[in-house]
Amino acid sequence: MSDTLPLAATDRSLALSVEGLTYAFDEGAPLFKGLDFHIRKGEFVSFLAPSGMGKTTLFRLLAGLLSPQAGTVRLGSSEEETLGTSFSRSGRMGYMPQRDSLMPWRSVLDNAALGLELAGVRKREARQRVLELLPAFGLAGTEGKRPHELSGGMRQRVSFLRSMLGGGNLLLLDEPFSALDAMTRISMQEWLLQVWEQHRKTILFITHDIDEALLLSDRVLIATESPVSSLKELVISLPRPRTYHTVLEDSFAELKRQTLELLGRGTGGMGEACQ
Amino acid sequence: MRRRLRSSLPILIFGLLLALLWEAATRLLAIPHYIIPKLSDVLVSIWDNRQLLGKHFAVTLGESLLGLGISIIFGTLAAICIEGSSLAKKTIYPLIVASQTIPIIALSPIMVMWFGYEIWSKVAVVILFTFFPIAVNTADGFRSADTGIGEVMRSMGARRRDLFFKWKLPSALPGFFTGLKMAATISVGGATLGEWLGGEAGLGMYTKRASSLLRGDAVFSGVLLLSLMGILLFLTAQWLERASLSRRQS
Repeated sequence: MSDTLPLAATDRSLALSVEGLTYAFDEGAPLFKGLDFHIRKGEFVSFLAPSGMGKTTLFRLLAGLLSPQAGTVRLGSSEEETLGTSFSRSGRMGYMPQRDSLMPWRSVLDNAALGLELAGVRKREARQRVLELLPAFGLAGTEGKRPHELSGGMRQRVSFLRSMLGGGNLLLLDEPFSALDAMTRISMQEWLLQVWEQHRKTILFITHDIDEALLLSDRVLIATESPVSSLKELVISLPRPRTYHTVLEDSFAELKRQTLELLGRGTGGMGEACQ
Repeated sequence: MRRRLRSSLPILIFGLLLALLWEAATRLLAIPHYIIPKLSDVLVSIWDNRQLLGKHFAVTLGESLLGLGISIIFGTLAAICIEGSSLAKKTIYPLIVASQTIPIIALSPIMVMWFGYEIWSKVAVVILFTFFPIAVNTADGFRSADTGIGEVMRSMGARRRDLFFKWKLPSALPGFFTGLKMAATISVGGATLGEWLGGEAGLGMYTKRASSLLRGDAVFSGVLLLSLMGILLFLTAQWLERASLSRRQS
């Protein structure tokens, strides 16, 4: 069940490697203590943890919005990309927060082009690239609209497109669908599967929804104890392309059982932490 | 245009009713003209003195606009300082807020001592009145900027300059315009006060002189024109706000 393949930090196929990550807020117990994990290029990895385990804090550490007290966060495989304490590194990561955080004063087109714009791409070219991608993201014809004219699901698509265009090689998605209603959520999961299977970007996806994690990912990393010092791992070998019907298969149910076991909830109900 | 006319119809009718009430009450109750003059007398007085009043109107408007303009520049700069440095946030911001406990009216004579009887003492009083709403509302606008947008931008490698111009500044615009609308209306009051303290021209001076002559119709015509000026400045600020925010409508 556990992927025991040894991973050296210098492995060229790595998109992200985290070593000895330690972080605590000013006052309070540490959230992470000597945490190690790796993500290979082109992998879709979910990070599954009960609420209050510092999932969002982890993402903020990875995105360079917080600096760890110890340990390194390395993008790619080369030593030079070790994160410093500043934000000097150029846009190599796409961070998609829980709320869409779109600019209300910008059109869909200009919101999605933000990352390209920050990377110094000329405005006209940036807009052209966004326009070409809109249909594939289910956003055809919305380029002139403002965020408030779109539904929650549409706004998250724009937000995702923005991270993808500005984010370079690794996308960090922080519970992007948690604020959506159940039906929209399912269609967004299917949509993400489809888009991802086309573009094969490296994705690290935070969620507390087991079905979502299993359905989308190649691997699921599970944090169970606090402070988080190691992660349990589940390889999801379900064949792709997947659709929402995948959740009805026996192999899916088996994976879900294993996940619950790893979370320490094998026998009881699912508990409040993982709805 | 038509819809706007229809939405402002109630206030037009209400205003007309009040005007009629004024006229009727002064006639029926035989109120002396130096207490409350008849509205018709006030309007006649405005018309008779239209040239003189036009000159005074222009003087007061000029003082208000000049003071307002300087407050916009320095109020915005102060808000940017407060936003840009945490030290300024801890020192300048509370100072600006605390300065509002000083009765500005009591401070105003000092402006005359410093700047004399020329236009600058009036402009200084206008600045005293209008700096605060612009600085504080703009600073609050900066502070209300959605942190999520800033985080997304930083994760994409945005520099300080990008964060300011693409995130903070657009976020602060609504707050700035709230401050501007408040400042626009009270700037007229500031200019009037400045003229009372010592001025040779302007509607404030006109009303003061008229009241010492017990000329109720002249006082009221000055007051009417001053409030008209306040409304005009407010509407201009509102129009500017709509023009620059029409792109967002959120």
